[in-house]
Amino acid sequence: MSRYARSFELLRTRGEGAFGAFLMLGDPDCQTSALLLDTLVEGGADMIEVGIPFSDPVADGPVIQAAAKRALESGVRVEDCFGLIAKFRAKHPDVPVGILTYANLVVSRPGFMRDAAEAGADSLLIADVPQLETEPFAQEMVQAGLEPVLIAAANTPRETLRRIARLSRGYTYCVSRAGITGTHADGEFDRSLVQRLKDEGAPPPVFGFGISEPGHVRSALHAGAAGVICGSAIVRLAQEAEQPGRRIAEFVSAMKAATAQPAAVD
Amino acid sequence: MRLDGRFGRFGGTYVPEILVPALEQLEAAFLDAQEDDAFEAELVDLLVNYAGRPTPLTRCRNLPGTIYLKREDLLHGGAHKTNQVLAQGLLAKRMGKKRLIAETGAGQHGVATAIVGALLGFETVIYMGAEDVERQALNVFRIRLMGADVVPVESGGRTLKDAINEALRDWSASFEHTHYLLGTAAGPHPFPTMVREFQRVIGREARAQIVEQSGRLPDAVIACVGGGSNAIGLFADFIPDDVRLIGVEAAGRGLAGAEHGATLLRGRPGILHGAETYVLQDADGQIADTWSVSAGLDYPAVGPEHAHLMETGRAQYVGATDGEALAAFKALAMSEGILCAFESAHAVAHALKIAEEEPDAILVVGLSGRGDKDVAQAEKLLSA
Repeated sequence: MSRYARSFELLRTRGEGAFGAFLMLGDPDCQTSALLLDTLVEGGADMIEVGIPFSDPVADGPVIQAAAKRALESGVRVEDCFGLIAKFRAKHPDVPVGILTYANLVVSRPGFMRDAAEAGADSLLIADVPQLETEPFAQEMVQAGLEPVLIAAANTPRETLRRIARLSRGYTYCVSRAGITGTHADGEFDRSLVQRLKDEGAPPPVFGFGISEPGHVRSALHAGAAGVICGSAIVRLAQEAEQPGRRIAEFVSAMKAATAQPAAVD
Repeated sequence: MRLDGRFGRFGGTYVPEILVPALEQLEAAFLDAQEDDAFEAELVDLLVNYAGRPTPLTRCRNLPGTIYLKREDLLHGGAHKTNQVLAQGLLAKRMGKKRLIAETGAGQHGVATAIVGALLGFETVIYMGAEDVERQALNVFRIRLMGADVVPVESGGRTLKDAINEALRDWSASFEHTHYLLGTAAGPHPFPTMVREFQRVIGREARAQIVEQSGRLPDAVIACVGGGSNAIGLFADFIPDDVRLIGVEAAGRGLAGAEHGATLLRGRPGILHGAETYVLQDADGQIADTWSVSAGLDYPAVGPEHAHLMETGRAQYVGATDGEALAAFKALAMSEGILCAFESAHAVAHALKIAEEEPDAILVVGLSGRGDKDVAQAEKLLSA
């Protein structure tokens, strides 16, 4: 059983949704990143999503773009990101870790998937590889020991959702509103998308994009999601807060507390 | 998708899932329009009676060798861009879109999009790298005069690549009512195929004109390549012929260094802006910042069909430096009385090299745009 499967199973027995916390690796430098990753777990995050910074992140809003830029300007290489994951994995053997990045890093750096898996990552989501182009990537991920994660949007047709269900593992990254990361979802989450994914037997649906307060967590779980991923709000704290470690721990713990909702189970 | 959008191993549709339905809608509209006589009739009417097609094929009187220029600089708007922008504007109407967004480098595509926005009644927003906003001030003013907004993009190297990123982000949230009018034969399917088909008119006319004027097909057809739309438009009808096809990339300050835009000559395969193609990048796959004196060639990727034409050997790709382009710009002005765009000057520069080695060769050169936008910069560079 994979770390994701074990984690979702455990949460289900506790009647909780999953709280996934995102950080951009190397933002603003590797040392700070390593500390903040630990902080996320201490604050109560159930799964960790990490960005590997890319120079041209077309699916990201201003907050995550700026984080990638800070990381790259500090000289962070893909190798360093795998180093951070390996260090995290040694400390936290059971916490699922997913990588979110862009296609060019995956195809242009030889051994990207193998090195990601060896570092201890569980899944890989490539923001600019839609289901249409996923098949060869998904096969390679599975061979390398990574679980492919795909994005399902409110406008994704049924036939595509069916193929997403077939190709992906781990979880399904759901997007409620059109837009880029950090786009406000206004606390509205598409219940019918969750239902369609469940009908197709897709991996557990998790909402991302614009999750920034405990109310959003409750609404997403109420719409039937197995969890949420929060990115921009955490990255903003990492950048702006005077004591980012403490503020992030408080924020994550408040968000995690909102996952204790009976509505998550069906 | 109804087509696979591949050129050999290049091309494809590498975009966030949220944009796939918008691209599918666009592909369907494009394919349906191709079968629709009314669409074709309206487009031809605009191309002829509004934009001024056919454009002339001009034989150079004073430059060495036998050089013919395909005069897209004389098209309304001042560059070949208008051809495909009119066509995409009509498609946007068919799809019921109310707003156009576009990226621009040199500003020519921005101008063309502003033209169609004004003509067909769209709200129009042009994303332009902040660096390009500064060096192409005349075009920024033209765009604004026609009622479109120019949004300077401050991210990355502040050039064309960054403008495309920002346009894609806008489109991810706005596709329901907005058409992304991509300006070149690059990007995700269906853009490379669609833009080629809408620019094919350049080569179709040139092929008939050269046969009429010189009595035979040319020895070589030469065009500059940034994203590659004027080159693919000029090449397309010559691909089945026994004619050399030569694309000229921006060698900038020299191919030995990093300050150039020679994607096919110095890049390697990767994925950028929706397509698998050649990309200028570092060992990790981070996209390189590029340089060219011409904003329109200052781009780290290239249309996927050019990658395919190079790998199959059907077309050859070479470079011209900033200095060579500037010299050709000046030579064309002094000898023929034509001020061409810096982009087009790269093609002229290579034609002059061939003319020296093969004075009898008949060369057709794509003069993709006029040089008004570049005169201030030319004055500075030539007096330096």
